[in-house]
Amino acid sequence: MSIQTVSALLSLVAILLLAAVFLRVRSLAHEGREYAPVQGNAYRIRNIGFWILVLVGLPITIWLFRETPYTAQAAAPQVINATGYQWYWDLDRDEVAAGTPVEFHVTSADVNHGFGIYDADGTLVAQTQAMPGYVNRLTHVFDAPGTYQILCLEYCGLVHHNMIAEILVTEGSTDG
Amino acid sequence: MADAAFTQGAETADRGRLWVVLYLATTGLVLLLMMLAGLWMRLAQSGWLDTDPALFYQLMTVHGTGMVGIAALGGAAVLWHFLSAHIRLHAWVMGANFWLFLIGVVAILAADFPGRFGGAWTFLYPLPASSQGVWPVWAAALHLGGLLVIGVGFLIWCLELARGIIATYGGLGRGLGWHVLFGGSTKDVPPPTVVAATMVAIVTILALIAGATVLVMSLINLAFPSVELNPLLAKNLIYFFGHTFINATIYMGVIAVYELLPRITGRPWKTTKVFLAGWTLSTTMVLIIFPHHLLMDFAMPVWAMAIGQVFSYVNSFPVLVVTGLGALAILHRSGIRWDLVSTLLLISVFGWMAGVIPAVVDATVAVNSVMHNTLWVPGHFHFYLLLGLLPMIFAFMIHLVRVEDVTPRGGDLAAILYLLFGLTFVTMFLVGGWASVPRRWAEHLPEWQIWDQIAVITAAGVITLTTVFVAMFLARTPAMLAKG
Repeated sequence: MSIQTVSALLSLVAILLLAAVFLRVRSLAHEGREYAPVQGNAYRIRNIGFWILVLVGLPITIWLFRETPYTAQAAAPQVINATGYQWYWDLDRDEVAAGTPVEFHVTSADVNHGFGIYDADGTLVAQTQAMPGYVNRLTHVFDAPGTYQILCLEYCGLVHHNMIAEILVTEGSTDG
Repeated sequence: MADAAFTQGAETADRGRLWVVLYLATTGLVLLLMMLAGLWMRLAQSGWLDTDPALFYQLMTVHGTGMVGIAALGGAAVLWHFLSAHIRLHAWVMGANFWLFLIGVVAILAADFPGRFGGAWTFLYPLPASSQGVWPVWAAALHLGGLLVIGVGFLIWCLELARGIIATYGGLGRGLGWHVLFGGSTKDVPPPTVVAATMVAIVTILALIAGATVLVMSLINLAFPSVELNPLLAKNLIYFFGHTFINATIYMGVIAVYELLPRITGRPWKTTKVFLAGWTLSTTMVLIIFPHHLLMDFAMPVWAMAIGQVFSYVNSFPVLVVTGLGALAILHRSGIRWDLVSTLLLISVFGWMAGVIPAVVDATVAVNSVMHNTLWVPGHFHFYLLLGLLPMIFAFMIHLVRVEDVTPRGGDLAAILYLLFGLTFVTMFLVGGWASVPRRWAEHLPEWQIWDQIAVITAAGVITLTTVFVAMFLARTPAMLAKG
């Protein structure tokens, strides 16, 4: 299951649970009760919810930070230098092999662009920003051969939506 | 425990009320125009309306900038109205801010339509100066200058809030209730409205200073292209400003929840230590979590990215466990009959809390790597603005003009329909994000357009119901003003 699908399902479940709570409150609002016991229950729920957020959620989010794209893997055998221009990508090579890391050195010659790698199914698999004056190093391993597309993911002017390039990912090894 | 019950009842009756009404009327009318611009963009993406990409990006720029502006204007009306009952404020500041706002709007419209400026609300350096001839330099300068004028107006407005709070409570720390939270005092406990207004004043002043700084830097670059900026510094300043400012608008709007729910239910909203701790936490978090907008800028320090992820999660605590649960507790088994105002307020709290969820998900680096700058992002901010902030403002509008004796109860069908259309509309953005559809694209691939088409239909529903709320407010305003 893709990260996108997991994220969407988690969000959906959480929003539906929240909606159920709101619907229950709405449906019972007509019953007039003393506020003090209602408030006491709310405080108990609040305390439980708070500690769940701290003791369960906080370690999870810290744990999720263990894998970030910020540290380039050592000596990636394949390197692509990518430069964004208004409105095209300049890649110094457009063919790599699947299964071994590719290090993208991404920059821009003019304005900010976004370097988004899309697989053959049109799913975004990795990205970094392309910014003038900086070189962002993005390491990615292509799992499967095929034609991948680079789409611009940072608004850069009139032809932003047509700023597309292709990378051919082949089976087997390709010299770096 | 400091337990100052704040039973609402007082409202401003000074000249500020006229300005509040003018702010709300302007908010309603501009909101409808901006919604129509948004509808046009979704029509273009859906393939149902052939649109020149240059015009699309001009509309996108006006829509984004205009919506942030009216979110602030509407939120300011809510805050000023209720804060005036606690603190003496100078009404001329509302007037000054309003006229500066109008001057800025005229400048932006002139820059974006005759001038063809389409640099987005983000105006990321060096795009305003580098359009490949699509718009002239004067248009970029006029747009940025218009933003600067609007920012100066809101800065004066926030400084007046800060002055009033300091004059009444003895300091901004006391406005946040720190003497209660940390000193154990039970005197001069600030009511929720004052606490929220203090937070808004602090964070918005800092945001506007950052925004003005990058705007002036960009204007200098436009005038003297040899004076270059660091694009990463410019991006940090822009997102610190934008993130903080738009968040502050909902902290202005939530005052309507704090003030109106107690009136509706007869149950007070108490200033407790947990409440104060939540607002102090929000004040801090809102200022430091903006790096979650820059998670894909690998040149940023890793510690800043860690703050962007982890503290974005922590920032959800006050929303979820203080305001959200507080509102639910006040409503639960309160014996009320639902009407338009109470239903809009319930929707607003739901929209705010639910909108936080996809935002926190996207602030996780592993997710951001495959969701950043997809339609997931407008999905989450439309969620909490369309279903959070706007229902707060609509509820306040209706509250101001309704006459309790003659307004029929149970007339909340419009609010429920607004929720259903709005939910479907924002869900189409989120589905687009799930499907990796890039944001800010003038043209969409055919396989994406089914979600755009559903969004168009539901956007039309949202606009229709917004027209109903705004028309109700405008139609009853003369009678309300005549009554005094």
